[in-house]
Amino acid sequence: MPTPILMPALSPTMTEGNLARWLKKVGDRIKPGEPIAEIETDKATMEVEAVEEGVLAEILVAEGTEGVKVNTPIALLRGEDEAAAPAPATAPRPAAPTPSTAAPAAPQVLRPVAHEPEIPAGVQMRKLTVREALRDAMAEEMRRDPDVFLMGEEVGQYQGAYKVSQGLLDEFGPERVIDTPITEYGFTGLGVGAAMAGLKPIVEFMTWNFAMQAIDHIINSAAKTLYMSGGQMGCPIVFRGPNGAAARVAAQHSQEYSSWYAHCPGLKVVAPWSAADAKGLLKAAIRDPNPVVFLENEVLYGQSFEVPVLDDFVLPIGRAKIVRPGRDLTITAFSIMVGRALQAAEQLAAAGIEAEVIDLRTLRPLDVETVVASVKRTNRLLSVEEGWPVCGIGAELAALMMEHAFDWLDAPVVRVTGKDVPMPYAANLERMAVPQVEDVVAAARALVGRA
Amino acid sequence: MVEVASFRIERVEILRADGTLAAPLPAWAEDGAELVRLYRAMVLTRVYDTKSVNLQRTGRLGTVASSLGQEAVAVGTAAAMRPEDVFLPSFREQGAMLWRGVRIEELLTFWGGDERGSNWSGPREDFPICVPVGTHAPHAAGVATAFKLRREPRVAVCVLGDGATSKGDVYEAWNLAGVWRLPMVTVVNDNQWAISVPRSAQTAAATLAQKAIACGMPGIQVDGNDVIAVREVVGRAIERARSGEGPALVEALTYRLADHTTADDARRYRDDAEVSARWKEEPVARLRNFLVARGLWDKEREERLLAECTREVDRAVEAYLARPPAPATDMIDHVFAELPPAMAAQRASILRRAAERAERRSEPRGGRP
Repeated sequence: MPTPILMPALSPTMTEGNLARWLKKVGDRIKPGEPIAEIETDKATMEVEAVEEGVLAEILVAEGTEGVKVNTPIALLRGEDEAAAPAPATAPRPAAPTPSTAAPAAPQVLRPVAHEPEIPAGVQMRKLTVREALRDAMAEEMRRDPDVFLMGEEVGQYQGAYKVSQGLLDEFGPERVIDTPITEYGFTGLGVGAAMAGLKPIVEFMTWNFAMQAIDHIINSAAKTLYMSGGQMGCPIVFRGPNGAAARVAAQHSQEYSSWYAHCPGLKVVAPWSAADAKGLLKAAIRDPNPVVFLENEVLYGQSFEVPVLDDFVLPIGRAKIVRPGRDLTITAFSIMVGRALQAAEQLAAAGIEAEVIDLRTLRPLDVETVVASVKRTNRLLSVEEGWPVCGIGAELAALMMEHAFDWLDAPVVRVTGKDVPMPYAANLERMAVPQVEDVVAAARALVGRA
Repeated sequence: MVEVASFRIERVEILRADGTLAAPLPAWAEDGAELVRLYRAMVLTRVYDTKSVNLQRTGRLGTVASSLGQEAVAVGTAAAMRPEDVFLPSFREQGAMLWRGVRIEELLTFWGGDERGSNWSGPREDFPICVPVGTHAPHAAGVATAFKLRREPRVAVCVLGDGATSKGDVYEAWNLAGVWRLPMVTVVNDNQWAISVPRSAQTAAATLAQKAIACGMPGIQVDGNDVIAVREVVGRAIERARSGEGPALVEALTYRLADHTTADDARRYRDDAEVSARWKEEPVARLRNFLVARGLWDKEREERLLAECTREVDRAVEAYLARPPAPATDMIDHVFAELPPAMAAQRASILRRAAERAERRSEPRGGRP
């Protein structure tokens, strides 16, 4: 029986790629380790190697095919003695487990609510990935304002470690798309100085984990100088990059920093989920006269959403958004957890529980009004976040509900958070450490008394 | 073996400790009026420092850092700059700040514990005093980046201490300045002491200037007690940076004759004998001796200058002491460039409390239990 050769994942977060070229043809003998095909993603090109010995029996995906999903069978390998046999009707299950914490590769079926006051009625929509939306936001703002520039590790020549700055070097040149040495403390401080001297830097961290080297300059320099100079010297700067767990990168590269930065006066903190919000809020962040911490998510980069086709789509920082209306409980989430909350809401709806899902979008200033108004209708709040529970966003929301909605609560506020441990490296443990859809569903059912 | 790199560090000395010339004067220093200007600025700084320490000792000022003995570093650096350059001071550069137009009253307001003191009327683009050690070095690189990107012929000048040269972000700033050829000049006020840690315990490097070499920029030592030499060497570095030739590091060798700050007692960790010996090298008497020898100065002019500086400082002290305290809303109003709705309630409650307190104060005694 022929063995299928599967589309491999070049990185833990890759969901699909292009089959660029076959290096072998049907009938060729193949030895283990021999390259048989070239595949490419927006980040890299790599060769697929044969694992077993045999003869290439059939090519299932022609070269030049784009968007081949990971683990799709791309060819069949026959043992030398085996007679050619028809391919199985259905592809066998992949042998290797897929990274379980990555968001599902299937396109999001969940749509924003029909009434979207921020987007004028009748506006044409276009599908964009979060990655493209962020790139477009930066490009539009750089065209609009010569003071805006981007710097960070690998943002220029390499187009961003996660390819967010695709095309920007070509359009704006090396003076405005600047590759830095590996020097977070230094280039963050430099960005702050440039902002205080009148430019509007966008500082990309390869991930927010590395910004711990630079947090002194984010908080002590950027967030406090307007205050400490008696209003003389502001700092219009955006710090951005992927935050939180991606997949299988272990404790030091998976941390979620929302509550760290949301804690600090002088900073604005934005953590969008959809591509439209990523675009509209990044544009707003770049124009904001204050330092803005912009928390992205590596898993979301490749996800597609409808984005309005508008010349200048800017969203207000500091406003949450009801992404699904409901009457039985309120679920708050931000960044990647919005998708999980919406999936949970679908499942809850099937069981007759109508959850209202709020995408917080901005964590400082937090849109308390929207959450309170919702809780006054639903009388129950479930907070979902990927980060640790202690002093987290959920802790803040629980306190705010006691201050502003105590008399409307029919039950204590419930938190679904990441486990209070460093992120495990092992895939099974990592999945357990991060809130999953079933965790949200279970917590919601318990909260409405229908566990 | 192949030698792939080598370096040497020069030290520039012009005025000897006794005020005689060790090297020819630079052309600009042949102008006696210019030398008197430098002298006056150092004397004013010393009068201000003395007064501010007294104010602290009598509870009318917070912790202050005297620049006693290091006046030439600050004044010489500022004198080498153009007004349109940007200065990034640490907390011992009052001599430079005053030269560039910050007012004494504003300095006192800052050290009196009031952020309004940093919103000065003078050089608006100069940075506020950097109290964290060395974090203004990358800021200076950022200012220099802005100059470079906007193609402005301006230079960012930052002064930091010998202790700061051990810090990671200071090195990262120099490295970036070197690799991007930024118009940035760092002056190290090498006063031999980082609070109680002597220069010898700070680094095993023979000089601090040589740290520049690893970043691809020139490093040079200058006698930091000689204001003529400081102005000359820093001036050359600044004009070199202005012409697009990149950053430089100047290590100004001097000595901290006073405590680290008014919160410190240096007698606990260093010998009086060491300090006494260093008094012989201090910059003010050195330049005065030179001026007297040149016939540019005498006892009468000295007395007149001292009286003038004392009057100037005293007037500023009066204005500082008469200044009403900061309004309560200052605590809120500069956190963000605009008032976020979430902070409006906090602002209102602070105003309410302040009004209540004012009302209580205005009531006659015994009017309320």
